[in-house]
Amino acid sequence: MKLYCLSSEPTKPCLVLSFKGITLMLDCGLNMQSVLHFMPMPMVPSAKFNSLPSWLPRDNHQDWQIEGELKECCGRVFVDSTPEFSPPLEKIIDFSEIDAILISNYTCMLALPFITEDTGFKGIIYATEPTLQIGRFFMEELVEFIEQTPRATLAKHWKEMLHVLPPPLADALKPKSWKHIYSLSAVNTALSYIQTVGYDQKLDIYGALTVTPISSGYCLGSSNWLISCDHEKVAFVSGSSTLTTHPRPMEQATLKHANMLILTGLTQTPTANPDTMLGELCMTVAITLRSGGCVLIPCYPSGVVYDLFECLSTHLDKSGFSQVPLFFISPVAETSLAYSNILAEWLSTNKQNKVYLPEEPFPHAFLVKNARLKHFTSTYAEGFSSDYRQPCVVFCGHPSLRFGDAVHFVQLWGNNPQHTIIFTEPDFPYLDALAPFQPLAMKAVHCPIDTSLNFTQANKLIRDLKPEHLVIPECYTQPPITAPHRTDLVIEPVGEKPLITFKRGEVIKLPLKRKKGRVFIEPELAGNIIPNEIRPGLSLASVTGELEVKDNVYTIKNIEDRPSGKRKASSSSPAPIKEEVLKERKHEYGNLDPQELLQKLNQEGIQGAKLQHSPTATSIHLQDEDTLIQIGDNSTHIFCNGDQKIRRRLRTIIMQCLKRF
Amino acid sequence: MPDIKVTPLGAGQDVGRSCILVSMGGKNIMLDCGMHMGFNDERRFPDFSYIIPEGPATNYIDCVIISHFHLDHCGALPYFTEMVGYTGPIYMTHPTKAIAPILLEDMRKVAVERKGESNFFTSQMIKDCMKKVIAVTLHQSVMVDSELEIKAYYAGHVLGAAMFWIRVGSQSIVYTGDYNMTPDRHLGAAWIDKCRPDLLISESTYATTIRDSKRCRERDFLKKVHECIDRGGKVLIPVFALGRAQELCILLETYWERMNLKVPVYFALGLTEKANNYYKMFITWTNQKIKKTFVQRNMFDFKHIKPFDKAYIDNPGAMVVFATPGMLHAGLSLQIFKKWAPNEANMVIMPGFCVQGTVGHKVLNGSRRIEFENRQIVEVKMAVEYMSFSAHADAKGIMQLIQYCEPKNVMLVHGEFAKMEFLKEKIKQEFGTNCYNPANGETCVITTIAKVPVDASLALLKSEAKRYSALPPDPKRRRLLHSVLMLREDGVCLVDADEVTKAAGITKHIVRFTSTVQVRDPGPAHSTTLKLLQPLKERLSGWTVQLTDGSISVESVLVKVEGDEDDQKSVYVSWTNQDEDLGSYILGFLQTMLN
Repeated sequence: MKLYCLSSEPTKPCLVLSFKGITLMLDCGLNMQSVLHFMPMPMVPSAKFNSLPSWLPRDNHQDWQIEGELKECCGRVFVDSTPEFSPPLEKIIDFSEIDAILISNYTCMLALPFITEDTGFKGIIYATEPTLQIGRFFMEELVEFIEQTPRATLAKHWKEMLHVLPPPLADALKPKSWKHIYSLSAVNTALSYIQTVGYDQKLDIYGALTVTPISSGYCLGSSNWLISCDHEKVAFVSGSSTLTTHPRPMEQATLKHANMLILTGLTQTPTANPDTMLGELCMTVAITLRSGGCVLIPCYPSGVVYDLFECLSTHLDKSGFSQVPLFFISPVAETSLAYSNILAEWLSTNKQNKVYLPEEPFPHAFLVKNARLKHFTSTYAEGFSSDYRQPCVVFCGHPSLRFGDAVHFVQLWGNNPQHTIIFTEPDFPYLDALAPFQPLAMKAVHCPIDTSLNFTQANKLIRDLKPEHLVIPECYTQPPITAPHRTDLVIEPVGEKPLITFKRGEVIKLPLKRKKGRVFIEPELAGNIIPNEIRPGLSLASVTGELEVKDNVYTIKNIEDRPSGKRKASSSSPAPIKEEVLKERKHEYGNLDPQELLQKLNQEGIQGAKLQHSPTATSIHLQDEDTLIQIGDNSTHIFCNGDQKIRRRLRTIIMQCLKRF
Repeated sequence: MPDIKVTPLGAGQDVGRSCILVSMGGKNIMLDCGMHMGFNDERRFPDFSYIIPEGPATNYIDCVIISHFHLDHCGALPYFTEMVGYTGPIYMTHPTKAIAPILLEDMRKVAVERKGESNFFTSQMIKDCMKKVIAVTLHQSVMVDSELEIKAYYAGHVLGAAMFWIRVGSQSIVYTGDYNMTPDRHLGAAWIDKCRPDLLISESTYATTIRDSKRCRERDFLKKVHECIDRGGKVLIPVFALGRAQELCILLETYWERMNLKVPVYFALGLTEKANNYYKMFITWTNQKIKKTFVQRNMFDFKHIKPFDKAYIDNPGAMVVFATPGMLHAGLSLQIFKKWAPNEANMVIMPGFCVQGTVGHKVLNGSRRIEFENRQIVEVKMAVEYMSFSAHADAKGIMQLIQYCEPKNVMLVHGEFAKMEFLKEKIKQEFGTNCYNPANGETCVITTIAKVPVDASLALLKSEAKRYSALPPDPKRRRLLHSVLMLREDGVCLVDADEVTKAAGITKHIVRFTSTVQVRDPGPAHSTTLKLLQPLKERLSGWTVQLTDGSISVESVLVKVEGDEDDQKSVYVSWTNQDEDLGSYILGFLQTMLN
């Protein structure tokens, strides 16, 4: 069993597990930190960005051909080009060999087109219905954001001169492997490989493995995966939450006692409590509105944003801001809101019970009906400018602030200290996100809301689940870079077994040794098996049959006689057939008592047997028949001349003295 | 051999009050718990006294499974749980869980308030009953207990209708409930994988019908409606609030839009909006097309179809009215029917099956005079049309489903006896499987044969695979496996014959025979060996004859030639008892060959 790690971010994992001849990809996350090295992409040319100085290396006697590729803003260098992404590592695994991809949730599938497009991929992708639908929104939004700001030229020469660039650009991880975003048609192709599955559905992978998605409590349709065969169980836990929000709660019981627990996707903000942050967010919004300012909340088109609508609207109603409009701007805003209300089966019991009334499970349906929450495809969409008024709260993408409508709003409100930008999505360090917009007058507040397991919850979970081996990203063994003194923010080993860790580019051997497999015995054969009791508690029976291996399922059948039309009826007896010899095969065990044998020989009328003892063995000599029977502890050897008749008689007598199974 | 016992308490050679008891592997499962619309006495409920003459049934039933929300499949559930007494688990899909209580309450009102029946369950009982329901999603594998597993498949028929696969140990059955193998305007077609159950229990409402194409039927329906309103007639379409009603509404809505018709279409039920809301919220259960377009335009927001008011009954002029219930056995549809029936310009279109005893059934059978309980007599002069829109599988569909899931036995329920008999023969002929159609209260015993699962040591399987793949490929060669079954307190395992001694802590006793044949053959011993090799190879086709270390070996048989350069050679043939047949054959062969 081997595990390949293709991703550098534990929350956007991409692992490949090979087991029993099956190659499974576990999640297909897209590493997006790379986009932070790029300039934002405003929808209209920005005077501010255009006036930023180009960055040129001090050492100028080599022509790097990087004219216009790099810009400097407040001491940091950015690539002035269409942002690029860091797809799963290629080359250590052949994507055409992948049998199946298991997706945990919609945040962990954005690299799928990189796997399915032009790689010879011919596997199947398993994901829940919400994962497919919402994952589609995420991909479509991403593609649209990038495509709506096309560029004539793309920077590439800067990648040749990393060593002369200043940090943090100099530390960029393998920029030559970065890729431009996929096309919409690639998204459609990739998603067409998906077979939707329900929680607790057992899926058979070529008869060798059974995989089952189980609820992980993190977001709509999010799942952990159980990968099992007859006796072994591997649990893949990625992006789980034990908090109560809108999704179905996490299922834990079936994860217990796995041989291998692969755990990833823990919180990215271990020092922030989501509930406290939500409270702070509501307060900050109210304070900003009170002073006449607007609030920008960069967000993804689904997920925590649903909870924000619910909590924030209630809080604003209580604070007397029930007239303040909430804008939700995304190319997929309407679809996202509509879908959230038809996925009842994937929601918490509370929300689910509402559809039995029948009422929409999320209050945002009500907010939309009352025109409190308004959705638009973009800031340029019809009706937005007429509906727009200040103060207001705007939810829009992208949380990296490199593309999407958020870029527009940061530019629009950046110079006014009355306005506030609140960072809730934990994927990007907020100061890095803001860096190209500096200097900035608007307030920036960091309220990360990450509902994924924190270290305390994860360690408790591991103790409850009692896995035999624990496999985690290497970075979980050290305190986070943001809080190096917090030695409690690590994953502890379970029991005596050392932690098994992985990081990008590594291939590790997992210590799972299979000893037994499952076979089926056909009823006709099974009925003929008569076990011999060797001693109390142990019975043995020889079983001979024809083995049939079909779709990795082993079946032992009775050996049927085949018509032997071709065999020549030769005068001499035909050679024995293998099937028959095997069928009759039994095994003798225990010791042979020489006295007993002697007695039996006598009874059978074989005279002249003499018992001889030598230091090494006992033997019986039959002078008349020119035959010697050597009797050892675990063996009997009969030496005789070619007389088959006497030999067969002897054999029958010896067999009477031995037990067999 | 283990058995599966099936006893229909309802729906055995009959349509209505579906309720089938299955017992397998020590588990008792109740499939559906419906009521009969054609009866008003105790016959409307299944005869639960079969399970236990008196007292609660909880200890005798491990779980109840409801296939869909139609009352002939769930109508007796509150009676069973609250009045007979059952506190065990009840499974149904989310839409069924949402919609069933509304239909139950509706039915209760009609029965108690209009017909004045007593000894009927109360509203509170419906609520208490629904609290015991566990909602399942499609394809989710639900472990009822450690041995009993169930899984739902999409059945088409109505919103949330499901077929159930049920497994106990190595035995499994599939219960279809009602299903539809052709997609319609709002639902998809039933689907099941090749799960090869021991028994498939299928409905057979349309056992002998092969329905023409859906499009034709739709065109026919629209033509009839259009003709009637053109001559100023009123069209009554009795429907159930949920299901066919939505499909026909979509159909009329698009037709009205296309033909720019102004004649009013009414949907006579306060439930309409609510019912359509269920469709909106469970849109994932409808067909692909509706799912795809729902964000832009929800198919269940109707422009042309307005709510009906009772005062409209006597309105002059043409109109189309959808009214509940579907079999004209009570309620508003019956009320309207009584008013409109005497006028030959009017028309009633029955879009679904009507059970025996209902007014709908009588009308469809051509009765032109119908007498009611209160001696009221209604002359039926209006046109009566029957359009099979109820979404059941027809004979073709049933055969298709059998083909999909490849059952070992088939049982037909929910249909008329004569039709079942016909289909039964067809199934036996075409698939060669047994087919049963027990009557209510009759127990059917089905014997199943199952493969026995055991563990096998990987060493055993790997060494076999190694041997097998070492041989040149031959499609006719069988993969022979000799192994030892080891039964210990900690389990049963197949192991290699050599492995067993170590695993079980016993020592084998090897019995070996060595016989000598004297031969005169000049030259070195080696050349004598070579002379023997070829004939042996020819004789022992199918065996691997090898030359190793100067001796010939076949399995455990060794043939060794000893002797100097002179004439006399001793040929030793040695073998273990396991290869007695082979060894003695080789010895005999060499004796005849060399002498």
